[in-house]
Amino acid sequence: MGTSATAVRESFQTEDLSIFYGTYEAVKGISLPFAENTVTALIGPSGCGKSTFLRSLNRMNDEISGSTTKGSIWIDGVDINASGTDVIKLRQKIGMVWQKPNPFYKSIYDNIAFGPKYHGVKGKKALDEIVESSLRKAALWDEVKDRLKDSALALSGGQQQRLCIARALSVNPQILLLDEPASALDPVSTGKVEELIKELKEELRIVIVTHNMQQAARISDYTAYFYLGSLVEYDKTDKVFTNPENQMTQEYIMGRFG
Amino acid sequence: MKPRTVNKIATSLIVFFALLIVAILVGLLGYILFRGLSHISWDFLFSAPQKIRAGGGIGPQLFNSLFLLVLTLIITVPLGLGAGIYMAEYARPGKITGFIRLIVEVLSSFPSIVVGLFGLLLIVNYFNLGFSLISGALALTVFNLPLMVRITEQAFRSVPKQQKEAGFALGLSKWKIVTSVLFPVALPTIITGTILSAGRVFGEAAALMFTAGMSSPRLDFTNWNPLSPNSPLNPFRPAETLAVHIWKVNSEGIAPDAAQIAAGASAVLVIMVLIFNLAARYFGRFIYRKLTASKRMN
Amino acid sequence: MKLKNSRIEKHHIEDFVGRTYMSFCVLLLITIIVSMVYFVASKGISTFTSGDVSVTDFLFGTKWSPEADTPSFGAFPFITGSFLVTLLAALIASPLSLCAALFMTEIVPGWGKKLLQPVIELLAGIPSVVYGFIGLSVIVPFLRNNLPGQGIGVAAGALVLSVMILPTITSVAADALASLPQNLKESSYALGATRWQTISRVIIPTTFPAIMTGIVLGMARAFGEALAVQMVIGNAPFVPKSLFESASTLTSVITLGMGNTTMGSAHNNALWSMALVLMLMTFVFVFFVRLLERRNKI
Repeated sequence: MGTSATAVRESFQTEDLSIFYGTYEAVKGISLPFAENTVTALIGPSGCGKSTFLRSLNRMNDEISGSTTKGSIWIDGVDINASGTDVIKLRQKIGMVWQKPNPFYKSIYDNIAFGPKYHGVKGKKALDEIVESSLRKAALWDEVKDRLKDSALALSGGQQQRLCIARALSVNPQILLLDEPASALDPVSTGKVEELIKELKEELRIVIVTHNMQQAARISDYTAYFYLGSLVEYDKTDKVFTNPENQMTQEYIMGRFG
Repeated sequence: MKPRTVNKIATSLIVFFALLIVAILVGLLGYILFRGLSHISWDFLFSAPQKIRAGGGIGPQLFNSLFLLVLTLIITVPLGLGAGIYMAEYARPGKITGFIRLIVEVLSSFPSIVVGLFGLLLIVNYFNLGFSLISGALALTVFNLPLMVRITEQAFRSVPKQQKEAGFALGLSKWKIVTSVLFPVALPTIITGTILSAGRVFGEAAALMFTAGMSSPRLDFTNWNPLSPNSPLNPFRPAETLAVHIWKVNSEGIAPDAAQIAAGASAVLVIMVLIFNLAARYFGRFIYRKLTASKRMN
Repeated sequence: MKLKNSRIEKHHIEDFVGRTYMSFCVLLLITIIVSMVYFVASKGISTFTSGDVSVTDFLFGTKWSPEADTPSFGAFPFITGSFLVTLLAALIASPLSLCAALFMTEIVPGWGKKLLQPVIELLAGIPSVVYGFIGLSVIVPFLRNNLPGQGIGVAAGALVLSVMILPTITSVAADALASLPQNLKESSYALGATRWQTISRVIIPTTFPAIMTGIVLGMARAFGEALAVQMVIGNAPFVPKSLFESASTLTSVITLGMGNTTMGSAHNNALWSMALVLMLMTFVFVFFVRLLERRNKI
């Protein structure tokens, strides 16, 4: 096992985090650190709780009635899972991208500008700059710069997904949560998204849920293996993939490789 | 009999009855338009009705119907949106939500004549608004509100839930998500539904006989001061609508051309309903394209 | 990072405004229905509390002479009339609607739906006074010329109503049929069953509660419909001895009487009691719909 509740806290980590749907415990007391400028991959078979865990990190589970989250999520010494947290402000700091691209039914420009405008950025020039820089970071700028007023829905699936990443980046998050961001994409788009993730970690922390072992091996620095709501193994990705401590982890990874 | 023979007979019967329904509609529309169109002229559409002599028109009634519709929608749409959004986005499953749902269902099943009586008792008499446009509009609000709530709720429910998640993840308030992310997506459906409900309101008579009244003062269409008693815009004057007029002409009309007037007015009413139906389809698509800025639907 | 929920932020204000607005709409909705039930009920029972008439005399008395020197307020003829036209209309409309729904979903799912969907929507959109007008100028003369009686009467009322409730039953039934899982039908066809065998032994039994829901909703509409029936039924205050005899319904008596009686008179109160019966029947219809929906879920 990796670092559980250590004396020195990472600036972003969970501590004994459990998530319940009614009385069913979907995630069982997980403590995980997320170091700066790293990509952490969450792997495990379907239904192992990794997506639920991911969604709890920006408290999206709050929106599901009947779900309760126990334990702590520490960000810069503050437990954001405690009551009294301004969830809306919190989510501004933690971006999220899903499996299926979900651009707003708006123009490409408005998809990006919408968040910053809401959070108080004023003036066309400032917004133009944010739109351009976000789209550049998401490696989409060159493809769409001439048709920013077109509907986002007219883009291809891969472009839509990068647009969603750009949208998440537009409000300057410190953390980016990715829930199988490439599983609905073709190989070329997947490659682009993976490249993007490697570049983005220079600026922020990334937590990614993936079913694709090769992908996890390619892009992540740390890997956590989940099984039935528990954390089975957590370590540097190299270590987990070459010399896992737990038999189950090895079988899962091998099974997927084979 | 062999199953195959039975199958053939049954299928033929089903097709026959289905086509019979089409024939009924074609017959209805054909009859109304055939009987009515010949009587429709500019004069008929814009002049005032006559009690005893022939040659009366439906001008004030047509105006009343349209004005009443506008008043009703002004009241109903914001109320229906609020309650519908609550039902779709905020109400958590439980006893209270179940109760509100039951209320909407019951309210939408009330006979319109009972709605009219309620209006007579509470709005006309108790609030002392008399037989007036405003009484009629309030009664029609009661009549139309449950439908509006249902339209809004369904429209919001049909928005993909990933849209909401995207809004949350950007740090938007829930109300901002509802108004700026979900509402534009739901709007085409809401507009289509609203226009269709407008057609229903336009043709309603039973709820209006005892609220908006069965008479119309001599209107002066050059006087647009809403406070003047013979101004068309005065919301406190009685206002017989087109649908009520058709009923009255049929039941107690004594003008020699009562039958033709009923036919002409029915044709106008049906044409309006047809226009509402077509407009609902067209506007829904148009607004969808406009708001999503998309060149193609997907 | 400042994440404490202490300061009042923009999003707090937005959510507060949104919630206040929605609460207002929902509370208004609840107020409307509660006051409606209260006012109609309290007015409706005044007939009985004032001691003019007993409940049994009202419900089962066959003599209606409200303006006589010794008035009697037997509403039995009207209650019978209402049930009679409603049941007859459902009897005529149900098979037709079922055929239309089968046509749209089973026989020719593609263009069958394209053809019938707008037909159904337009039939639903035609105002009830127009149905009354058509009844008066087509159905009544037809009955008068071909069958005994004056044309006006229960049969004419039932025919008009049956067309009016066709769209309700058809759309509910078509929705139910369309939502049937595909493999259910396929397994029946795989066993070598003909289409009719599949329809009669698999499709209809499975969707029966939903089809019944449509029929009950249609009956609720027929029971509460006022003007179209009033125009063709003849309005005689007797229990009809044949289908071609003039009769009355609760709604038709209210329609004709409410304008000609003074509030608070015994006659007027009796009309309100009939409105109360209409309202209670609405509850009964909604209850049955709920019951059927619950069965449908299992």
